[in-house]
Amino acid sequence: MADELERPEHRESEPHLPSPTIWPFAFAGAVALILLGLIVSLTITAIGVVLAVVFGFLWIRDVTRDLRGEPEPVEAPAPVVVEEEEGVESERYTRSKFLEASTLGIGAAIGGIVTVPVLGFAVLPAFVNQEYPEVDLGALDNYPEGDWVIATFTSVPEDGPVSRRTAFVRNNGLRNQVPSFTIISNRCAHLGCPTQPQGPPGEPADVETSAMPVTLTSTQPSGFGCPCHGGAYDIEGNRTAGPPVRALDRYEYSILNGSLVLGKPYSVGHVEGQGADATIFRYDEAVDPGVHVDGPEQILYPYVP
Amino acid sequence: MARTRSKRRQQLEQLVTYPLDWVEERSGFVGAVKYFLFRKVPHDTNWFHTLGSATLTAFIVQLVTGVILAFYYKPSPNEAYDSIQMITNDLTLGWLVRGMHRWGASVFIILLFLHMGRVFLFGAYKYPRELNWLLGVLILALAMLEGFTGYLLPWDQTSYWATVVGINLNATAPFAGPFISDFLRGGQEIGTNTLSIFYSTHMLLIPGALIGLITLHIYLVIRLGVTSPPWSEHPAGEERVEVVTAKRGLVEPRPRGNGPAADEVVMRQPEP
Repeated sequence: MADELERPEHRESEPHLPSPTIWPFAFAGAVALILLGLIVSLTITAIGVVLAVVFGFLWIRDVTRDLRGEPEPVEAPAPVVVEEEEGVESERYTRSKFLEASTLGIGAAIGGIVTVPVLGFAVLPAFVNQEYPEVDLGALDNYPEGDWVIATFTSVPEDGPVSRRTAFVRNNGLRNQVPSFTIISNRCAHLGCPTQPQGPPGEPADVETSAMPVTLTSTQPSGFGCPCHGGAYDIEGNRTAGPPVRALDRYEYSILNGSLVLGKPYSVGHVEGQGADATIFRYDEAVDPGVHVDGPEQILYPYVP
Repeated sequence: MARTRSKRRQQLEQLVTYPLDWVEERSGFVGAVKYFLFRKVPHDTNWFHTLGSATLTAFIVQLVTGVILAFYYKPSPNEAYDSIQMITNDLTLGWLVRGMHRWGASVFIILLFLHMGRVFLFGAYKYPRELNWLLGVLILALAMLEGFTGYLLPWDQTSYWATVVGINLNATAPFAGPFISDFLRGGQEIGTNTLSIFYSTHMLLIPGALIGLITLHIYLVIRLGVTSPPWSEHPAGEERVEVVTAKRGLVEPRPRGNGPAADEVVMRQPEP
């Protein structure tokens, strides 16, 4: 102030700032309301227009106060700051600190908004909505009682050959007037190689079903064996030798309009007994090969997706 | 005659130096490259010290050949096998580029291990280079993952069942295993997504990470310098005095107080 009084001729050439005002913010809000109203409802647009006119008027009035010669509102004199004792620096929250914090904060928020959904998309589809489709394996006549049949089917027709799977099916005959089947997955319980029936296979034949054709091959196996690492299973899928950690997985099944329909697979610890009278020590879901479902090792796999 | 030749030579030199100077003035890149190429290394470095750059060269070969293979490879279960057959048998020189990528992968891994062995046996992992060892371990792990993900891409019987076994091996890891395997497969069963997940991981995700890690690795090599071999006569971190032998005119760093007799040499203090 003292400077200006001493050298009044400099005053005209100094940058001349308009007096501070908050109305531009309110005006911007009103414009946003107009734009929002264009999408949502014209009533909101009308309110926005009214607000924009009012706030715009207030803004212009504030900005032109100097030109119109009105005195600027006198600010209350700053409270006298008591001088700090020397050596004791009070903690100050400066403008630059605020800008730094807000830049970091807004940057982190934007980063999070962008990153979290992308990471979710990268990971979640592999775990959410995982379902095993039902597969029509053809009419019951194709499965003679007491015989094994190798059924090769396409579990997801849209996916094509990549979803071809193989199951070993045996018709156990009637149990309490209800047909009974043993359906064993060919996926080895060691590391997932395809097990083979230990016995001569017959001629494969394609059978029409309600969906994709199924290839059926009759066989008389004494058990099942895996070519990769020598895992061996008996005729009920129990492990007899080699590295597998449990019995072969089985499939649930249902009978619909005289056809055998494959359900979801489930893992099996072991099986006692034979055929229709077997007791299956089963688990709700099919877990990955190599994962223990019983014994002390099962504490290593408390969560299985 | 001689004068015109020298003028022409001047013009030619300018032709080279002008764009370099232009770039240098605006970026400092030329100085940085010079600093990298002409930095000081111990005088007793030997051929074993070239294993790191050899590994880098193998990696660059993999990058270039891989990008070109991606022109013709089709990462879908119904087309992958046929496109590999086409690259190998039908396309001009396709057999060569695929062969370079396939065998180069093994070369890359072998060189990584040889380089690691050199660093270990020379004690080059010790202070202050521990962090660079750790970066190297990360690079090794990612290179192995490159091998694992790339192995599925030919989509033949070997690669398919090897990957089935590989994924299920991951599933046997305690606690996290079943989640890792589901993530790798993109679900409970190998399906249409598995191949594209492996393809994208193999050619975008891991190479990007590898380029970043290798850049950091080389930055630390430049910053910390190269170690002498363990049989070096000069202890590490020793101050050297540059000695110019008058007879041969060669600059050889020698340990202080162990140089040739004074009448044979001209002592030159390092400039401040």
